[in-house]
Amino acid sequence: MSDPQDHSSHPGPAEYVQIGAILAVATGIEVALYYADAGPITIPALLFLTLIKFSLVVFWFMHLRFDSRLFRRLFFVGVVAALVLYTATVSTFYFGP
Amino acid sequence: MSESTAAATHAEPLHETSLGIPNDKFGMWALIGSECMLFGAFIATYLIYVGATNDVEGVTPQEIFDIPFTSVSTFVLLMSSLSMVLALAAIQVGEMRRFRIWSLATALLGAIFLSGQIYEYTVFVAEGMTMSTSPFTSAFFVLTSFHGVHVAVGIFMLLALWALSMMGRLPQSRALVVENVGLYWHFVDVVWIVIFTVVYLIPSEL
Repeated sequence: MSDPQDHSSHPGPAEYVQIGAILAVATGIEVALYYADAGPITIPALLFLTLIKFSLVVFWFMHLRFDSRLFRRLFFVGVVAALVLYTATVSTFYFGP
Repeated sequence: MSESTAAATHAEPLHETSLGIPNDKFGMWALIGSECMLFGAFIATYLIYVGATNDVEGVTPQEIFDIPFTSVSTFVLLMSSLSMVLALAAIQVGEMRRFRIWSLATALLGAIFLSGQIYEYTVFVAEGMTMSTSPFTSAFFVLTSFHGVHVAVGIFMLLALWALSMMGRLPQSRALVVENVGLYWHFVDVVWIVIFTVVYLIPSEL
């Protein structure tokens, strides 16, 4: 297990700024897609861009990529539980009695 | 006494834990994991009602959302995540002045985002969209205001860190405290990344 106080493997300020720029560009593309009305690919493209932004913040800014695996498990248990909760709620609402 | 010397006198050794990781950081990740479910429930509720009441009540997302304005707010919150991680990087190498600048910038960007949200609410209410207009508006206000409360708590924590640093009570050796506040702040940003797409951008395509 990595030392939680060892920050040598973390990215530096220059890399953080690059990630910030990617996040800004991805948001710009999302807004452009909203106005462009690209038909059936709009929603998948928006969700894909959201996933990229989500991953960049979680893995780089929150250091999940470099930290203990236990933190990764804690976080993704929450994410999966949220998805299960969402699926169950929507299913109950639409397919229930 | 120089700042680095002052930091050394405040040095607090990391407590040994059975997991080999700091307890407070573990606690913060557990909180974040549970908050995922909380926001997941709110988003699920919103998505159910956005379809159910779209045409019935006369208030639709397309009519009321100001996408350019919300896009700027989103950009501001994303940049606050960048300034937060730069604040953490600064305190980890003992650059306290840079830490104070970036942490204050993060709080300021958060306050700008929150002001934008309050302004958006006043516009909605002026246009007749209140909490009780329809299940859709209720779900919208509950989801976004709950997120706003999280931003407000984050701003308070950032200002507390800044004040502690100004008083010399937040040395480099306590960078873990900043890291935990940073985790919370980034999580608030991640939730907004999802809300921006799912609540603001996608409903117009449905």
